[in-house]
Amino acid sequence: MLFTSFDFIIFITLLFVMYYTVPKKYQWKLLLAFSYIFYFIAGPKFLFYILLTTGSTYVSGIKIGKLYEDQSLYLKANKELSREEKKAFKAKVKKRAWKWILGCLLLNFGILFFIKYINFTIANINWFIDRLNDRETLSFIDIALPLGISFYTFQTMGYIIDVYRGKYPPEKNFGKLALFVSFFPQLIQGPISRFDDLAKTLFRENSFNYNEFSFGLQRILWGYFKKLVIADRILVAVQTLIGDTAMYDGAYVFVLMVFYTVQLYCDFTGGIDITIGIAQILGIKVQENFIRPAFSKNIAEFWRRWHISLGTWFKEYLFYPLSIWKPMLNFSRFARSKFGDSIGKKLPVFLSAFVVWFITGAWHGASWNFIVWGLLNYIFLMGSEELKPFYSWFHSKFDVQGTLGFKLFQIARTNLLVSSIRLLDCYRDVPGTFKMVGSFFTKNNFNIFVDGSLLEIGLTSADYWVITGGLLLVLVVALIGRKGSVRELMAAKPVIVRRTAFYLLIMSILIFGAYGVGYESSQFIYNQF
Amino acid sequence: MKTLLSILKDLHPEIDFETHEQLIDKGVLDSFDIVTIAAEIDNEYGVSIPADAIVPENFNSAKALYALIERLEEEE
Amino acid sequence: MKKIISIFLTIAVGLGGFFSVQRLLVPKYTKGIVEGTLIEEYYPEAKNHDVIIIGDCEVYENISPITMWEEYGITSFIRGSAQQLIWQSYYLLEETLKYEKPEVVVFNVLALKYDQPQKEEYNRLTLDGMKFSATKLKAVNASMMPDENVLSYIFPLFRYHSRWSEVNSEDFENFFGKRQMFHNGYYMRADVKPVETVPSGRILPDYDFGDNAYKYLNMMVELCEENDIELVLIKAPSLYPYWYDEWEQQMEDYSRKKGLKYINYLELVDEIDLDFAVDTYDAGLHLNVTGAEKVAMHLGKVLSEEFDIEDRRSNQQIAAIWEKKVEFYNEMKKNQYEELEQYGYIKSLKGE
Repeated sequence: MLFTSFDFIIFITLLFVMYYTVPKKYQWKLLLAFSYIFYFIAGPKFLFYILLTTGSTYVSGIKIGKLYEDQSLYLKANKELSREEKKAFKAKVKKRAWKWILGCLLLNFGILFFIKYINFTIANINWFIDRLNDRETLSFIDIALPLGISFYTFQTMGYIIDVYRGKYPPEKNFGKLALFVSFFPQLIQGPISRFDDLAKTLFRENSFNYNEFSFGLQRILWGYFKKLVIADRILVAVQTLIGDTAMYDGAYVFVLMVFYTVQLYCDFTGGIDITIGIAQILGIKVQENFIRPAFSKNIAEFWRRWHISLGTWFKEYLFYPLSIWKPMLNFSRFARSKFGDSIGKKLPVFLSAFVVWFITGAWHGASWNFIVWGLLNYIFLMGSEELKPFYSWFHSKFDVQGTLGFKLFQIARTNLLVSSIRLLDCYRDVPGTFKMVGSFFTKNNFNIFVDGSLLEIGLTSADYWVITGGLLLVLVVALIGRKGSVRELMAAKPVIVRRTAFYLLIMSILIFGAYGVGYESSQFIYNQF
Repeated sequence: MKTLLSILKDLHPEIDFETHEQLIDKGVLDSFDIVTIAAEIDNEYGVSIPADAIVPENFNSAKALYALIERLEEEE
Repeated sequence: MKKIISIFLTIAVGLGGFFSVQRLLVPKYTKGIVEGTLIEEYYPEAKNHDVIIIGDCEVYENISPITMWEEYGITSFIRGSAQQLIWQSYYLLEETLKYEKPEVVVFNVLALKYDQPQKEEYNRLTLDGMKFSATKLKAVNASMMPDENVLSYIFPLFRYHSRWSEVNSEDFENFFGKRQMFHNGYYMRADVKPVETVPSGRILPDYDFGDNAYKYLNMMVELCEENDIELVLIKAPSLYPYWYDEWEQQMEDYSRKKGLKYINYLELVDEIDLDFAVDTYDAGLHLNVTGAEKVAMHLGKVLSEEFDIEDRRSNQQIAAIWEKKVEFYNEMKKNQYEELEQYGYIKSLKGE
């Protein structure tokens, strides 16, 4: 069920009405039922996977929780134990907990790996077999990717790691854990919520609150505006440009880069707006996933503001543990003695970041273009880390830091970098992408910007006007948003202004939205991940 | 404490670590800094910081960080 | 109190805005595809017809109700539209019977060739003109293609919103109401394009009409029986879409089994003096006005002689209404011939 389908809107309306009419203690159960209906509609056979993940995580969590509980009871009952004895006991418990979590992680990441990456792995193995002139290549496995598996696996594994780390006790109610795993507004494209954060509002009894409802509804509409009016409209041109690389090279590559950035931004942030808005009208708080990423001044900042929940996940559950892992630190010590302090010190960071970005790339899709994309991010990040001395030198010579012009330059540079490497995502072919980018410098067909060629790629001048107008509105809202909530600002305006704005937003979605006959219904881009 | 301050100073000479109380919240230390600090502490003090100890409360000030080191030394 | 007024105003303005925009954006069909207006033109009519004709373009272009009135005093109305599928015909009949009870219903059997919904655009031409009712919803439900949604029939803005960039003077001129384009559901064309070659029918994998199509034909027969109405099946004399012998056999068998009158005008071309050099405007696909009058002459005769349809010309009230229709008809015919003479094509239908 697409967010932009009539069915989905009916689904949400039905849920909303029932949510505030059933007795409050049944609210979360209703959410669970609707989430499973949502999942069932996507494909009944996928229920098996999500239930397996939920079940295995539930059992592991309970077991680990029990171990920790017994431990504190034992320690309390045996206060006379020496420190060493206590430590030994704790270590024993930790070891047993480790078995549970290791099993849980292996099983669930194993499922994800198998379903998502098995054919990619086979393809790569076949490449080698081919090089060895062996005819016996492996055959691919026909397997469908369950809806949202990358998202719910990460979210659930975050939960079990937190339980293992003793951050919070495990959820004892299987239904509640199942709702956390399957909560449908965020199932398709995130955010990857943390259990302790989401649980605060997900399971509580929520009363209807007009302000929350109105803010949530505005957020949903804003999401639909970005998605339907801008993203889905420009999608036609993006598909045209990707579809015929022989025809659309040179300056078109630049056009594609810009259009795809616009489309991805509006599609993804719009989708998250809808997710957060739906949760909000139900009285549930889902964490933000974006903070105006287009205003980032460098790549590191960009990744702190774009798809935040994914970045946080990787940082907390992969980057930190990996970079302060004993063998890693030992290796660092070894490197210091061999190559000197400055290199040895950086090694853990460089190595861990490499792993993180390799996996981040692969998380986005099982193909080399995504992995190369991830590694290019890594190179940019490490590059700017290494260039820090140069930056300080530059700023000591030229006093431009903090000036508007320099800030705009930084923003433009960052956007250019992140957008250009996204072309890998468009062409889905690593050498092909580099060839296309190369053609930009050699082809010299910049006259397409003035000779009307841009009206031949699926967009009319009316479409360009709508897209431009829509983007201006998005820009204005983002600029205002730096100072505070746009919705609160609106709420302070006279009622006539508010209602007019509300109607204009609805009508512009209904009229200018790219939906219905004549528009291919398009999935949210992040669905496929 | 002195060793710790020199580790920190090495990373960001421009910051006064003795008084700063919001190193994470204000974005002075990024994830690379944190990992470098953890490695340095391991090197200098011989205590390893577990991943679950990497939370803002422990890294927001030099004082908090030193308290963490002491706590960990205790447990070793 | 103030709050109530404010809420009331908000809702009123919201609904008003929505329906105004919707009204502006739905196609008006007064130019170009003028046949899109045929279905809705039924509603303002005086509903006391003795004969209702239902079917696709093979009825609304091939039979002239005015001729049947002038020659036999038969009052008739054509409820037909482009590629009107058989379930649409059925529900249009069901709807019509809510307004009036004719003596005879005439149905053109070509639509049996389609067993499943065909094209969203054609669905629209038939269904958008229907007034909102349970019958309309049933018709929509039977007609929708897999990716269509019933909401877009209830609120056509969802379908036509992308017309915002094509809005023109036609949309504003017809915002509050349209002028009547045709009378009695007959789409008049006076131009001529003779038949040169008749393409023969492709070989089909299966010549049996589908179960779904038969289901609605059966329902139509039952509906007429329940309402004590005589059902007449016809096949209009259009040369193509090709009418296969196998199809003809099925219709002959069916009408015999059900005891229905069945007239295949393809077999009566000589008898009714139809000349495909002059009586068609698109080389045999549809008849022009001279052809439609010839078919009407014959059909009227059958209806009055075999089905005893009363001659209403002596009824003052009805005659007064039809007098205007005849006038409109003759005026339109005259105009079309003049335009043909002057421009070589019918300018008023092109909407220039």
